[in-house]
Amino acid sequence: MSVAVYIMVMAGVTYLIRMIPFTFFRKKIKSGFFRSFLYYIPYAVLSAMTIPAILYSTGNIVTAVAGTIAAVVLAYFDLPLIVVALAASGTAFVTGLFL
Amino acid sequence: MKSRFLRGMSHGIPIALGYLSVSFGFGIAAARCGLSVFTASVISASNLTSAGQAAGIDIIAAGGALIEMILVQLTINIRYSLMAISLSQKLDSSFTTPHRLAASYGITDEIFAVCSAQKEPLTPAYMYGMILVAFMGWVSGTAMGVSAGQLLPPSISSAMGIVLYGMFLAIIIPPSKRQKNVLFAVLLAAGVSVLMRYVFTMVSGGFAVIISAVAASALAAVIFPVKDDGEAAEE
Repeated sequence: MSVAVYIMVMAGVTYLIRMIPFTFFRKKIKSGFFRSFLYYIPYAVLSAMTIPAILYSTGNIVTAVAGTIAAVVLAYFDLPLIVVALAASGTAFVTGLFL
Repeated sequence: MKSRFLRGMSHGIPIALGYLSVSFGFGIAAARCGLSVFTASVISASNLTSAGQAAGIDIIAAGGALIEMILVQLTINIRYSLMAISLSQKLDSSFTTPHRLAASYGITDEIFAVCSAQKEPLTPAYMYGMILVAFMGWVSGTAMGVSAGQLLPPSISSAMGIVLYGMFLAIIIPPSKRQKNVLFAVLLAAGVSVLMRYVFTMVSGGFAVIISAVAASALAAVIFPVKDDGEAAEE
């Protein structure tokens, strides 16, 4: 299949998700379950995307584990997103130098 | 009008700086999927989202089904609907339907966060200024990332592959530390995802994310219903 088709589908879905509620929504969601469900979705999605995929993100499980540990520790201490992201990468790189 | 646009631009600068490095990581990942600078930049310009794009290029690289692409984007990006609903409640009266159609394109986690924090009603000019600056950071970082992915030694470009995941951890860990309901959803989603990866290996990556996230969120919503402020009702 053409990459252009994938991109159009991907961009179209992403746009509609933002556009429909932003343009047409004027009321509040009443269902407590649905509100709660939507509240947890971003955390659950990011967690499922990250684990266990992060272990294969550098092509070497040892450097990936080192980077993951660095990210978990720094995130636990509330460091900014960008610091955590770059430190994970830096740690993976430095670990790779010793292998 | 002009001052609101400039104000939006200035509020967009920190967002753009953050986006530069994250989209750089996306560009590297795109290069590893065999995508060109142009293709990756078009994806970033038309989607303006991190997690959805990261999952999307995996599906492209794997030659996945379009329905998988649709469901993955729906699941990963459905949070934008919530943010859009929230922002729709505080729009200025100058926000007519054409402006809503245009500005909705730029609702990202970070732009939502900054817009929500504004005391006064949101104007189209303000949002356009912020979106423009964030857009430039996101697309230029992507282009540089793909180029670097093709030029940098493998030791560096492979280490950059972890950047996006590092950012995801930085988003989920601090609230997990403070709220046991979020921790529950995060751990459950991770557990199901691990099961899919190593036990139910016939499930493709995109669907594994959907199943893990929907199962964990539904169970968390039943056990820990949330009030408007996001805290679990029982706490």
